[in-house]
Amino acid sequence: MGSGNCNDSENKLSTRNKLSLSKKVKEASIHGCFLFNGLLVILILIGIFALLVWASIPAFKEISIKEFLFSFNWNPTSYVKPSYGILSMLVSTLMVTIGAMIFAVPISIGTAAFISDIASSRVREIAKPVVEILASIPSVVIGFIGITLVGPYIAKIFNLPDGLNAINGSILLGVMALPTIISLTEDALKGVPKSYTEASLALGATKWQTIIRVRIPAAASGIIAAVMLGMGRAIGETMTVLMATGCANAMPTSFTDSVRTMTSAIAIELGEVAYGSTHYYALFAVGLALFLITFAVNLTADIIFNRRPKL
Amino acid sequence: MTNRRNNITEKIGFGILTLCLIVVVLIIVVIFTNIIINGHSAISWDFITKAPTDGMTKGGIMPAIIGTFFVTVITAIFSIPLGMGCAIYLNEYATQNMFTRLIRISIRNLAGVPSIVYGLFGVMLFVEFMHLGTCILASGLTLSLMTLPMMITASEEALKNIPMSFREGSLALGATKWQAIRTNVLPYAIPGMLTGTILGLSRAAGETAPILFTGVAFYLPYLPKGLFDQFMALPYHLYIMATQHHDITLVRPLAYGTAMVLIVLVFMMNLGAIILRYRLRKNRKE
Repeated sequence: MGSGNCNDSENKLSTRNKLSLSKKVKEASIHGCFLFNGLLVILILIGIFALLVWASIPAFKEISIKEFLFSFNWNPTSYVKPSYGILSMLVSTLMVTIGAMIFAVPISIGTAAFISDIASSRVREIAKPVVEILASIPSVVIGFIGITLVGPYIAKIFNLPDGLNAINGSILLGVMALPTIISLTEDALKGVPKSYTEASLALGATKWQTIIRVRIPAAASGIIAAVMLGMGRAIGETMTVLMATGCANAMPTSFTDSVRTMTSAIAIELGEVAYGSTHYYALFAVGLALFLITFAVNLTADIIFNRRPKL
Repeated sequence: MTNRRNNITEKIGFGILTLCLIVVVLIIVVIFTNIIINGHSAISWDFITKAPTDGMTKGGIMPAIIGTFFVTVITAIFSIPLGMGCAIYLNEYATQNMFTRLIRISIRNLAGVPSIVYGLFGVMLFVEFMHLGTCILASGLTLSLMTLPMMITASEEALKNIPMSFREGSLALGATKWQAIRTNVLPYAIPGMLTGTILGLSRAAGETAPILFTGVAFYLPYLPKGLFDQFMALPYHLYIMATQHHDITLVRPLAYGTAMVLIVLVFMMNLGAIILRYRLRKNRKE
């Protein structure tokens, strides 16, 4: 980092030249402004967490935490006895996420390996922006594609009345996770020292053997972090699953079932629910659970990434 | 013998890797062609410049385009200065310590917070606590929080690319730290910052979940006149036309048209950013 250098030279300067007092005050207050700006980021993260907790408290006065976490039954509008179990949503979320990873991970690693190790510099110059373009497509457009293009094919292949189910959601989420995993995996591969590759080639390994047995294993922790970040993205994606998975409120039993994930439950129900009701606050509790899950996934990715052997 | 087998494995392996890239490119091509083939017939001058009519079964999407434009501008007003400020702090002022590590961890985690959670946060903080109500300002603020991590990362990247000598030269001539940053660092870093900023804003323009409960409206007979009005937005309009409209099959062409306008808008913003970055890199090499 150059910032350390910059600070030192500035400190020396300010002791040598006597700055006028007003100038010093001005500099200090500017410094203070930027410091506050940095602090703001931490405050926002804590603020999101605190506000979600605060908004969930009224819900947990009515609902036991045990029911919330371990019941499969989410039926807040029941006339008999409303129930607030998030387990079926949680399973739905995990199902579409795992489904997405099953095909996104191999394709992403393959593409990243191709771009970083095999492609000529010209192909690379074109391939990287193309991947970025994929990242830029709004999730609502991907969801629309799920309804109009992917859905009918799934309905035909699996002989279903409609194709709005977990498979559809998985495919779309996989597509959305591709750019994240590709670009981070590529970075990880780029970070593998040249000496590793050269040593492997010098020992008579082919280029392919070098990629598979030396470069990818050496970049493993970076790749795992990339996959986890892609997963975090998939867990938190809203519009795509809202549009393409059918959102049936029930415990899914197979990938051809319609599923309602945590994100789509919030998106559907928050618009319909009475303000200030237990149901209203329960949705914030779902949001809190979602926040904690993605936070854990991202933090784990961060730790794995930072613990990687410094090559 | 092993040599030949190795050669064959290598060819197959490379073939598979190439296939991976081809699949990715194909996905993009399929998405774009599908939307353009089905959407282009809906596009006309009236579609861009007229409001929806007859229960949104006819007419255009002008209010949605205007709404998306305004909310993106509001997002830019809040997120660009905050993002730049934080990046300047991290790259120019801060030393490596616990505090900056905490800031960096926060940035990475904010980037991973689901967009719907930003929506919930926006509802609680801006709509209720600050009593803004559901309006374009609340939506813009929510979106600017969501794009903030991207803005910071992009701005910091741009600052890192400015050589140390630029700062040292200025400091050696007796400039204060802020003077050095203002005159010798920022002017050269701004084009680089702009690239990331455009990418962040294009993300904001296409997002639906954060605005869902903070200000976007199903249909409005008028345009937003101030910061405290509700608004229509392109991504939400597409969502309605695709799933919520009472006659989905009838409005399918309009939905395709909306999708095409949205995708073209976002694509143009991205292309602009990519071209800008490419030029910057070329200049730097020279």
